[in-house]
Amino acid sequence: MKKITLPLTDDVIKGLHAGETVLITGTMLTGRDAAHKRLYELIEKNEPLPVAIEGEVIYYVGPAPAKPGHPVGPAGPTSSYRMDKYTPALLDRGLKGMIGKGARSQAVIDSMMKNGVVYFGAVGGAAALISKSIKKIETLAYEDLGTEAIYRFTVEDFPAIVVIDAYGQSALAGNS
Amino acid sequence: MEIRKIDAAEITSAVKKLFMEMNYYIGSDVLDALKKAQGEETSETAKSVLSQLIENHKIASGEEVPICQDTGMAVLFVEYGDRIVIENGSFNEAIQEGVRSAYIDGYLRKSVVDDPVFDRVNTKDNTPAIIYTEIVRGDKIKILGGCKGFGSENMSAIKMLPPSAGIEGVKQFILDTVKYAGPNPCPPIVVGAGIGGTFEKAAMLAKKATLRPINTHHSDERYAALEDELLQEINKMGFGPAGLGGVTTAIGVNIETHPTHIAGMPVAVNICCHAARHKEVTI
Repeated sequence: MKKITLPLTDDVIKGLHAGETVLITGTMLTGRDAAHKRLYELIEKNEPLPVAIEGEVIYYVGPAPAKPGHPVGPAGPTSSYRMDKYTPALLDRGLKGMIGKGARSQAVIDSMMKNGVVYFGAVGGAAALISKSIKKIETLAYEDLGTEAIYRFTVEDFPAIVVIDAYGQSALAGNS
Repeated sequence: MEIRKIDAAEITSAVKKLFMEMNYYIGSDVLDALKKAQGEETSETAKSVLSQLIENHKIASGEEVPICQDTGMAVLFVEYGDRIVIENGSFNEAIQEGVRSAYIDGYLRKSVVDDPVFDRVNTKDNTPAIIYTEIVRGDKIKILGGCKGFGSENMSAIKMLPPSAGIEGVKQFILDTVKYAGPNPCPPIVVGAGIGGTFEKAAMLAKKATLRPINTHHSDERYAALEDELLQEINKMGFGPAGLGGVTTAIGVNIETHPTHIAGMPVAVNICCHAARHKEVTI
């Protein structure tokens, strides 16, 4: 299985193809519906973002609380399509990768191809298993959103699959 | 007629236990179906997804952590015996308190916002739970609970079909809904269909159908056959585990029915992910 480290370089992104399974090591941002809405509104107003997203990978997740002795609670992916409205603006700002589950809009795929971005999938519902690869969690922004805040995850061998690559190819079955 | 008195605290503690346990321990109906699917899939990706799900259940039950980070919105179908009187509290608040303490003490995610459109501020204890109460004869309280994740809830749909649409119309709507959902609701899914009643009754039946064990059938053999047929049709769609291709797009189709009006044939389809968490308790 291919091992990749974050941050992603353009060369690594170019070498990733839809359907490949990968193990990801490094640090990534997290964010889902509410955080995306806030980032998007700041970009629209041309205001600075509370976290730098250039070159980053963002994981669509709202983790469950950590039990004592665990660094993080179960933390599987949430459905990506809900972020589609906001995604092209983030990709234009330099975001290089996304991790979620399920389909993306054509507008997102077009923006991925234009910006050289990769979309990974993690297995939805495998949250306890996935949390084993998350070693550290820090809150970066929007703490008031609780589980929807922006965190920084430090991961080791985080299991994922390349769902849509930077060439626009998709590993999803059917016409999705 | 003898009255049975139940202390509100007893209901709270039963509900708390119910929601904690259903989030840590998947039912054998689902686990057996995932294992069976693993034997039926041929692609490496599909097999790998299923083995991650089976391993995930081992970790969740072994460490008593939630199976999925989306520990859902709490839904309860209650059959309330008419000879029961609640002491030291109210029935509704006793249930809400049970849900609140399960989500706080059980390290479950709080996923409920107070206002759906304007404020969307997290209530921080996962309440309010959605409670459907039916008064029945007797001195027992039976609670069927589910914690409904919204990745799959969002893929659900309802349609008011005319009677002329017939069985073909029912099939088509259910299959179209599943096809539209595609890879998003965390396949392999459980499909709950509610047919008949009124607009809201059909939706409630569809939800209740998702909470029925998937190794059971409708009592009318015509609907039981429809459940089997739809399951086969859905699994020909090819979405497969995680939507990455395969023969297991669904692990169960459950149908619930109710008498309806001469002019109508409502069909509601409630989709549930493979983490089909449901549990029952009788007090």
